[in-house]
Amino acid sequence: MGRDAALNTAVFAALVAVAFGAHVYGAPYVVTLATKAAILALAGVGLNLALGYGGMVSFGHAVFFGIGGYVTGIFASHAAAGTPVTTFPFTIAGSAEMLGIWPMAMVVTALAAVVIGALSLRTTGVYFIMVTLAFAQMVYYFAISWRAYGGEDGLSFYVRNSFPGLNTFAPLQFFAISAVLLAMAMAFSALVTRSRFGLALQAARANRQRVMASGIRPFALQLTAFVLSAAIVGLAGALYADLNRFVSPAMLSWHMSGEIMVFVILGGVGRLAGPVAGAGVFILLEQLLGGVSEYWQALLGLLLLAIVLYAPGGILGLLARGMRRV
Amino acid sequence: MSDVILDIRGLEKSFGALKATDGVTLDLRRGEIHALIGPNGAGKSTLIKQITGEIRQDAGTVSFEGQAIDALDPAARARLGLARSFQVSSIVPEFTALENTMLAVLGAGGGVFRFLRPALADRGLTDPARFHLEQAGLALRERVPASALSHGERRRLEIAMALAMRPRAFLLDEPMAGMGAEGAKDLTVILSDLRGEAPILLVEHDMDAVFALADRISVLVYGRIIATGSVEEIRANPEVRRTYLGEDA
Repeated sequence: MGRDAALNTAVFAALVAVAFGAHVYGAPYVVTLATKAAILALAGVGLNLALGYGGMVSFGHAVFFGIGGYVTGIFASHAAAGTPVTTFPFTIAGSAEMLGIWPMAMVVTALAAVVIGALSLRTTGVYFIMVTLAFAQMVYYFAISWRAYGGEDGLSFYVRNSFPGLNTFAPLQFFAISAVLLAMAMAFSALVTRSRFGLALQAARANRQRVMASGIRPFALQLTAFVLSAAIVGLAGALYADLNRFVSPAMLSWHMSGEIMVFVILGGVGRLAGPVAGAGVFILLEQLLGGVSEYWQALLGLLLLAIVLYAPGGILGLLARGMRRV
Repeated sequence: MSDVILDIRGLEKSFGALKATDGVTLDLRRGEIHALIGPNGAGKSTLIKQITGEIRQDAGTVSFEGQAIDALDPAARARLGLARSFQVSSIVPEFTALENTMLAVLGAGGGVFRFLRPALADRGLTDPARFHLEQAGLALRERVPASALSHGERRRLEIAMALAMRPRAFLLDEPMAGMGAEGAKDLTVILSDLRGEAPILLVEHDMDAVFALADRISVLVYGRIIATGSVEEIRANPEVRRTYLGEDA
């Protein structure tokens, strides 16, 4: 195992250890926090594919997180009420099965990403950031006005969706589901970034002109990465909805986009386990400092500033440097 | 099959009042090195960019192997085998020399949308890439990040990448720029061998290299070709001596 792979595994193992340790010591609340970290890390792993490897600074990834969440909420609430989600053009029944809802959430998210990506990728730089933000805000305001599914108040569903053979209400079992999906997304990400596609994508980030001169169109590469990235974030949104048994427009807001970005930047842009470390530290700070002052995010801001200025590789970059010294 | 690989006819391009390309007609024939020289600001880079498709011409046509390519974008032209190198080294700095060359192999061979197999274990990419690195004299440096290569080595890497694109013609934009005398001499030998692979349209300021390499020379001044001919003809041309080479050349 290479040094990077060892570090990535160690960061993931630390998260798993926290959850199991908390379970053994009878602290289900901490298990749930670890689950939240795993789910947010999953969203970060998704964003990292676009932001870190593809160089696309999307400030609208909450839209995919929220769509994944709403798909889950809508299917679950219809399943509970025993009504179909839609009868046109054909009848789609509600579902309370995670294995049915996840692909649905990912497909709907991916379709949204094709549209948003194809339009946003006509721009670059600051304009790209603004266009992705604008799309996310459009969907956010749509959700607020969508009375059928709770509008501004959001949509609650009281029973967490089920997974065959598991009790999803047991905190450790739901953690296991989330952690396995996170590990799968990390493995997928590792494969993709080392593949032919990954080679071309990372080249397009670093030197667009060269990629074109090599006979490859950057647009197709970037759109594909954007859609893959969105589908992973959509899956994270589905899990997050199940964690809270509640979805609201807040999942779609630009605050959420910013938070997912913070996980990636805090942990290390373009590093596989960066979002895991980032989300873990974020939740740790939220718990430790949130009790002290409601302005804890000001401290987070300072930390972020320090990382960006002095350790652009994020937490993972610092750890990797530390390992090299040993 | 005709001997003319690249055929440029009546090309015009203006930026506002400035005529950067003024009725340029030029061709590149099989097996030759055709050097394009001219003072700074003569419009050499603008001309190259119209050939690669980065800039659209106002009038005129560019044909490649008998086919008009005016409607194609740079990526499509590159896939036809129009391989270019850049005036300022244009490589992916964080990639190794091998990975940079693999990118060029990938562009020429297609199959970009493969997601799961590690590229570095893909011999369909690595074998040709290593072969072309060796051709460019960089075999021992394949694992070095491009950002850590010397200036001369980067120019060689550009050559390796151009070779990897299964070129039908090379457009080399000042490959000697910024090289020491020794490096320029080495590169002259490499370029001379390249003409066997595909003809070269060579934009270059280093007159020693141009006179040593070129089969034909065209002189571009203020967007116009003022002369085309063999090395001797160009050296003897009074207008060229006056405007570019200087009386003592």
